[in-house]
Amino acid sequence: MPELVPAAPRASITAERAKGRLRGAARTAFPFLVVGAAWEAVAHAGLFPPRLFPPLEAVGAALARLAASGILLHHAAETVLRLAAGFALAALVGVVLGIVMGRSRRAEDIALPLVSIGAPIPGLAYAPLFLLWFGTGNLTTVLLVAFVSAFPIVFNTWTGVKAVKNVWVRSAQAMGADQARLFRLVILPGALPYILTGLRLGLAQGWRILVGVEMLAAVPWGLGWLIFGAREFLATDVMLAGIAVIAVIGLALEKLVFRRLEEFTVVRWGMMT
Amino acid sequence: MSAKSERTRSLTRAAATLLVAAAAYEATARSGYFPPALLPTLPAIARALVATMLDGSMPLHALHTLYRVAAGLALAVAVGLPLGILMGRAAPVEGFVLPLASALMPIPSLAWVPVFILWFGLGDTVSILIVFYAALFPMLLNAWSGVRAVNPLWLRAAAAMGADERALFWKVIVPGASPFIIAGLRQALLRAFIAVIGAEMIAASDWGLGWVIFAAKEFLNADVMLAALIVIGGIGFALERLAFGALERATVVRWGMVQAVKD
Repeated sequence: MPELVPAAPRASITAERAKGRLRGAARTAFPFLVVGAAWEAVAHAGLFPPRLFPPLEAVGAALARLAASGILLHHAAETVLRLAAGFALAALVGVVLGIVMGRSRRAEDIALPLVSIGAPIPGLAYAPLFLLWFGTGNLTTVLLVAFVSAFPIVFNTWTGVKAVKNVWVRSAQAMGADQARLFRLVILPGALPYILTGLRLGLAQGWRILVGVEMLAAVPWGLGWLIFGAREFLATDVMLAGIAVIAVIGLALEKLVFRRLEEFTVVRWGMMT
Repeated sequence: MSAKSERTRSLTRAAATLLVAAAAYEATARSGYFPPALLPTLPAIARALVATMLDGSMPLHALHTLYRVAAGLALAVAVGLPLGILMGRAAPVEGFVLPLASALMPIPSLAWVPVFILWFGLGDTVSILIVFYAALFPMLLNAWSGVRAVNPLWLRAAAAMGADERALFWKVIVPGASPFIIAGLRQALLRAFIAVIGAEMIAASDWGLGWVIFAAKEFLNADVMLAALIVIGGIGFALERLAFGALERATVVRWGMVQAVKD
């Protein structure tokens, strides 16, 4: 006979829960505090010139100054817009091409060699070529982001369409589905997990090179340019503030990417709990 | 239709595609609509490739790039692999490293290039550290996931058969985590290769394939640029297919942990 425990009053349960959450937050904050303290100690010890190794309060001040004047928002907005434009282009072209390749043997034979030749070259290596062809500025940046993020999208969509079980296709056909319905009700849902994975991989890849491209393409605004331009003035505090903003944007992208990725792979396969 | 003739037909079509694409490019390049400096003909690209190969400059550039990749990757493995395994085995280490890694990982490695230039000056150090930064996180996170994914039944079975900590580590945990570790290595190499090209372009040293491409832009040498792109693609393809294919066959495929991919 299990011992009966008197029900705890509601207030104490929520208090308990809040305390647990607080402890979790403290545990996450702890490593940052340690690293932050170490940074401060080194910065204030005077080992390095403060211009090159600014203390955290200087970085914070730079961040606040840039944010208050609205410059930071402008830089961040331009970067996010370029990413969005390039990614949208890549998603459109990549998904369509991937589906066509997955459905038609002929299209696959024609497109696959071209895609396979382009894929192993790091996207940034095309940057100077794009700069020569399309000039400096937004067009080059957006096209390059689109080009780079299209590869994982094409590959994953193609794989996804091919991974749709033949039995499903045949049973749908036997039940009288025409091409349009077959595509909309069987192939697209069947391939969707792969397509989503491809989109997230493509977004991550585009993000990773966008910052580098902004440094090379001499665009007037953008976080990559903010960091690169600050080098001229030895403004390490501005650079680190820019990197902090990049981290926040990247983290937001990665959170969306990662949750999905885990759901589709490790969790779905039951490899990890 | 038999599988074999289907395969032959695919190959023929692939070859036809490449020929048509090459012919279309050549026609565009010769049409005169675009300046030949920007859109060199295929023979011009081939000449640039052969010339830079023969005078030894292209192989030397490639060697510099490969050296930076190797050094950065070795550093990343030396740090990431033990730390990842430790994270998988010891909860306090995991609690300390994971928040830091999650905060640093989404920062593209190239964002650090200007800071590293200020700190370490132009040259090899910057490129190697950027490669290290790019390769560290895939290595770390895959080693960590791999150790956590080792079937607990194996651990208990080995412990019940009297394996001590060391045997457990070398005979069960490391082989069990190896598919993840190799996947991490492969991902790390891919990221390293991307990062080194970018770092070489921005942190302009005077050797390296990234630098060749970027410097060729200044002189409108699109032929040299495309030749360097071909070399980069060749190296990327060789590393991916040959090096990792062999590594996988020698380890995880032989141990029966993953299926050999036929193609």
